[in-house]
Amino acid sequence: MTLTAFTNAKVIDPKGGTVAQGTVITAHGTIQDVGATAIPKGAQTVDCGGKYLAPGIVDIGVKVSEPGERHKESFASAGRAAARGGVTTIVTRPDTLPAIDTPEVLEFVARRAAEDSPVNVLPMAALTKGRDGREMTEIGFLKDAGAIAFSDCDRVVTDTKVYSRALTYARAMDALVVGHIQEPGLSNGAAVTSGKFASLRGLPGVSPMAERMGLDRDIALLEMTGARYHVDQITTSRALPALERAKSNGLDITAGVGIHHLTLNELDVADYRTFFKLKPPLRAEEDRLAVVEAVASGLIDIICSMHTPQDEESKRLPFEEAASGAVGLETLLPAALRLVHEKMIDLPTLWRALSLNPAQRFGLPSGRMEAGAPADLVLFDAGAPFVMDRETLASKSRNTPFDGARMQGRVLGTWVGGTRVAGES
Amino acid sequence: MTFRARHLLGIEHLAPDEITTLLDLADTYAEANRKGAAPRDVLAGMSQINMFFENSTRTQASFELAGKRLGADVMNMAMQASSVKKGETLIDTALTLNAMRPDLLVVRHPHSGAVDLLAQKVNCAVLNAGDGKHEHPTQALLDALTIRRAKGRLHRLSVAICGDISHSRVARSNIMLLGKMENRIRLIAPPTLMPSGVADFGCEVFDNMEEGLKDVDVVMMLRLQRERMDGGFIPSEREYYHRYGLDAAKLAHAKPDAIVMHPGPMNRGVEIDGEIADDINRSVIQEQVEMGVAVRMAAMDLLAQNLRTNRDAA
Repeated sequence: MTLTAFTNAKVIDPKGGTVAQGTVITAHGTIQDVGATAIPKGAQTVDCGGKYLAPGIVDIGVKVSEPGERHKESFASAGRAAARGGVTTIVTRPDTLPAIDTPEVLEFVARRAAEDSPVNVLPMAALTKGRDGREMTEIGFLKDAGAIAFSDCDRVVTDTKVYSRALTYARAMDALVVGHIQEPGLSNGAAVTSGKFASLRGLPGVSPMAERMGLDRDIALLEMTGARYHVDQITTSRALPALERAKSNGLDITAGVGIHHLTLNELDVADYRTFFKLKPPLRAEEDRLAVVEAVASGLIDIICSMHTPQDEESKRLPFEEAASGAVGLETLLPAALRLVHEKMIDLPTLWRALSLNPAQRFGLPSGRMEAGAPADLVLFDAGAPFVMDRETLASKSRNTPFDGARMQGRVLGTWVGGTRVAGES
Repeated sequence: MTFRARHLLGIEHLAPDEITTLLDLADTYAEANRKGAAPRDVLAGMSQINMFFENSTRTQASFELAGKRLGADVMNMAMQASSVKKGETLIDTALTLNAMRPDLLVVRHPHSGAVDLLAQKVNCAVLNAGDGKHEHPTQALLDALTIRRAKGRLHRLSVAICGDISHSRVARSNIMLLGKMENRIRLIAPPTLMPSGVADFGCEVFDNMEEGLKDVDVVMMLRLQRERMDGGFIPSEREYYHRYGLDAAKLAHAKPDAIVMHPGPMNRGVEIDGEIADDINRSVIQEQVEMGVAVRMAAMDLLAQNLRTNRDAA
């Protein structure tokens, strides 16, 4: 029996919205007591040294490049990166080669993950076969095989008939659908957000309105089908009122945002820096601020890393030709803490978005700091400064936009089911 | 002399005094060229490679001639026919070429920023001969020299840039150069061919030719880049010509001594009336081509000087 007492911690409780000095007791892989007054006999003690102890991060939408592109990221490397970043559960994307669109591929993925990853891995499956937007996948079989949600990732199902049927069918299976909102015609060929910067650099831009149009369409489909739906990323201010209306109208909708859109803006691309090429592209500063505010107010529910490994070959290209996406598992926590240090959001609210909300939305017992929840924990020093060096990343791909950035926030330890997976014991 | 740049990638990173230095030198080369007296020893012993990933006849010929007049060994590489087709990346191509130790690399590429990327990987001086929709610095410099010679100055002029601004690297480089030299810039285009956020560049924006051309000193027409269109930017060529093609009636709104420019190749009857283009009293289009060689000679001369200085220091 592994009885552990985490003493002298600042305990973040996202559900209660509190940070309190105290002790947390774990045993048998679960949290036994929060705010314990006495340390049980025989307990192993972890002195938290007055640092923060919080539920581990639940990161949804992580790309692990198995199957197909293991040289970019494997379950072993992604799992190590997650552990070092304080992420205790990763929900993986099906935009692999081939796409995870059959129970057989899903089982392969689940087996590989169980063998190699020190953190919990929960795979999503594609909503349509080959993510081609033509025929729905075997949603029932896939769900039975362990698919936690269904998504075509950054591909929009353009045929609304196909999409409405898939949403209707998913609803009957009580399956969560994760959608990408982007009007595909308007955004076709775009590499950055339209505006002064795009014009200055001569890069093809997409109007931020494409996101709102995509959301409006999907909301109409939700009214039609009643599906359970999560927007992977909302990155523009103009999409926010539509989201607010949909929520107040009682639709089963939640929304997320990637950490890079909360901490960077379009100008960071500067002289064609392809590590800042994302999908959707980085936005204007006003949009970034509006989205941060929406996270603080709870309108946007979930923050994720949108971890997307790309090797040097796919990034060291002219900007338009370069692949999109950035790795984020290891930098999610320090980047998110920027918002706390800038006093735009408080720690319990941040932790709702990083941990409690994604766990609840995906039906997981984690993300809570209470007795009975899994002992998935992260211990971190919120103020510890460091300069990010991408060569130190555990990910096989090191395409981080934070290389050389000054950051604050170091993970001191990560526990999954009570077992330490990162940090020195 | 002040010219500090190691590469000529765009106007954006040039300071006004560097622009003036380059134009002054180009002026002397223009005179030398007219006398057939260009100094052949300036680039003697230097090798110049022209790497064009996009078709070009005029710009490539102009760079080739400029290099040869100054005594460089010039090699042209048609990149569409070479290893690019075999899947080699731009960076690999750059590293391969770099290993051959050229001195001057002239690059045109269909993607914005590609020449910047290439310049990071080589030891020689790189000249941007046009990258995507980003910049075409030697074109802006030759336009500036042409204006300066015609108008006697390169400041406090009112310059109209008309046409497909959205797809034009020539427009971007000219906006930057003319802005740095403190001119008034007016952009005229149908709204579908006007880049977004362009008013923030410090330009006045018009969608009507008559209003936009009012009292300008210089009318700069752009080629309607049909090959760049996804389709559907304008209803038809004839409607475009009717509303935005430069003819005598529209030109009458400009100052009586306004000059007419075009970077070529022209679409007569689409963006410009043939008679205007050939009017020796108004059109300086042939002069632009002539100044192009002089400006490129000056640019390569200055970059070669900096290259030698850096090599001596190393």
